[in-house]
Amino acid sequence: MAENKKGLIEKLKKTANELRKDILRMTTEAGSGHPTTSFSAIDIMACLYFHEMKFDPKKPDWPERDRFLMSKGHGVPAQYACLAHAGYFPKTELNSLRQINSRLQGHPDRVKTPGIEVSSGSLGQGLSVGNGMALAARLDKKNYRVYVMLGDGEMQEGQIWEAAMSAANFKLDNVCAILDKNGIQNDEWVEKEKTIEPLSDKWKSFGWRVIEIDGHNFGQILKALAKARAVKGKPTIIIAKTVKGKGVSFIENRPDMHGVAVKKEDMEQALKELGE
Amino acid sequence: MNMQPKKGEMIATREGYGNAIAELGEKNKNIVVLDADLAKSTRSYNFGKKFPKRFWYMGISEADTICTAAGLALSGKIAFASSFAVFITNRAYDQIRMSVCYSNANVKIIGSHGGIITGADGPSAQGILDISTMRTMPLMRVFVPADFYEAKKATFAMAQSEGPAYMRTTREGIPVLFDDSLEFKIGKGMVLVDGSDAAIIACGELVSQALLAAKSLKKEKISAAVINMASVKPIDRELIAKFAKKTNFFVTAEDAVINGGLGSAVCEVLAETSPARVKRIGLDNTFAESGKPADLLKKYKMDADAIVQAVKYGLKN
Repeated sequence: MAENKKGLIEKLKKTANELRKDILRMTTEAGSGHPTTSFSAIDIMACLYFHEMKFDPKKPDWPERDRFLMSKGHGVPAQYACLAHAGYFPKTELNSLRQINSRLQGHPDRVKTPGIEVSSGSLGQGLSVGNGMALAARLDKKNYRVYVMLGDGEMQEGQIWEAAMSAANFKLDNVCAILDKNGIQNDEWVEKEKTIEPLSDKWKSFGWRVIEIDGHNFGQILKALAKARAVKGKPTIIIAKTVKGKGVSFIENRPDMHGVAVKKEDMEQALKELGE
Repeated sequence: MNMQPKKGEMIATREGYGNAIAELGEKNKNIVVLDADLAKSTRSYNFGKKFPKRFWYMGISEADTICTAAGLALSGKIAFASSFAVFITNRAYDQIRMSVCYSNANVKIIGSHGGIITGADGPSAQGILDISTMRTMPLMRVFVPADFYEAKKATFAMAQSEGPAYMRTTREGIPVLFDDSLEFKIGKGMVLVDGSDAAIIACGELVSQALLAAKSLKKEKISAAVINMASVKPIDRELIAKFAKKTNFFVTAEDAVINGGLGSAVCEVLAETSPARVKRIGLDNTFAESGKPADLLKKYKMDADAIVQAVKYGLKN
């Protein structure tokens, strides 16, 4: 059993590494996008897409599927990498990111891209949308779960707290929010710009089950997702401490790298660090 | 509760919505309703008390309400979300843009307390920007019914036709103009009075003012057509172009700002088809104030008399 888990973690780590390379290539090819935001979330997303969630890439509208909503929409290259890897569309299409006539918009577009559940990119809305999907599951007696990826800068949007109240009020235990707490927003370190702490206490006081983890520790991620699944009567938030740009040393923890693609000339070095 | 008011009775169009949504709930189990703490005012509670499992009080959180409705709609539901017009369209403007329209979610937005005839509560509660802001939103359709029955039938039409839509209703009683045999057709205007000297195109509560104006003009041998344009978007381009062949003077009348709404829509069609002169009736770069509906319509030059003056001025100059 322990051996199986070790194998699973090794497999997911390897997948996440491949996904990072895809994110790097597509954003550098596009010349813009948010690779560092994608890197901080990708280990968790690898666990969701390639272990935790049930879905069928051949039937993106399958009613029983688990939902994943990229509320922090600028991190969508991470989701495109997952969707391509899962088979929603060919990997070669990743190079069309942000280009004209592409299905892969700069931020999530539900109408254009298979596997995208709601359009986003204007922060603060995903959790409310997820709550609506969770209410629909309850009405339809379906047991799918709804995962909503939030950013820590996004905590500054008032609507997040409206949605936090709603999910607790409606006892939506099929909602699992994941907070990619990489500590950096567009202009500054989050704590320098507008403090969001004490974050764990805030969510607890809003009626949520809070699980705090290292968002790059696969064992902790898998355990947290399993725990969240078992929680009854209230929604869960996994607060994941992450590193913005995780995996490529020269883009890690740099506020000036938000929304900046790695330069073509630095690609070789970046890929080398990812083990190419 | 199934109201059947008679022509000439004063009934608020929110009652038309309330009657329709309660009836729809019986017929279609896929309909769900959310309200941002004004369910009794918007009349969405008519649905809520009958179908509590498909109805949610969302609290005073319009943004959350719209996006939750979008989530339900994206899971196969027909989601109606309501509050005062001013709050549900303008407080949740970006949520409507992103989670409803850009996502093409099957959400129906109902804004009650439209227009300055909302009255005593004053400008903070009077929906005057809803028509223009919703009209310019890609994929959104905009309906402003002129009486109880039109609101009822527009609600049925919204439920039947896939995609985002907005309907404005009134708090105040306005004259019943039609009966239950009325058909509401999205994208179609309705000629209530034919005429050749001028054409008055109105929506909502100003349709009955336009009818009074036409009657009064007729006494002075001025033949003014009255067109009810409840479907502000999509708008009936053919009908407007047809009247542009009969007359080269139009008056538009809406209980809202004159920019971006019905008046602008008519001007756009005319400018692109057969240019004609247009006088737009509505709020011109101002908020209104507290007061009785009739006094407000008079003071802000939106009543029948103002429409009469506009037609006469246009025909003389």
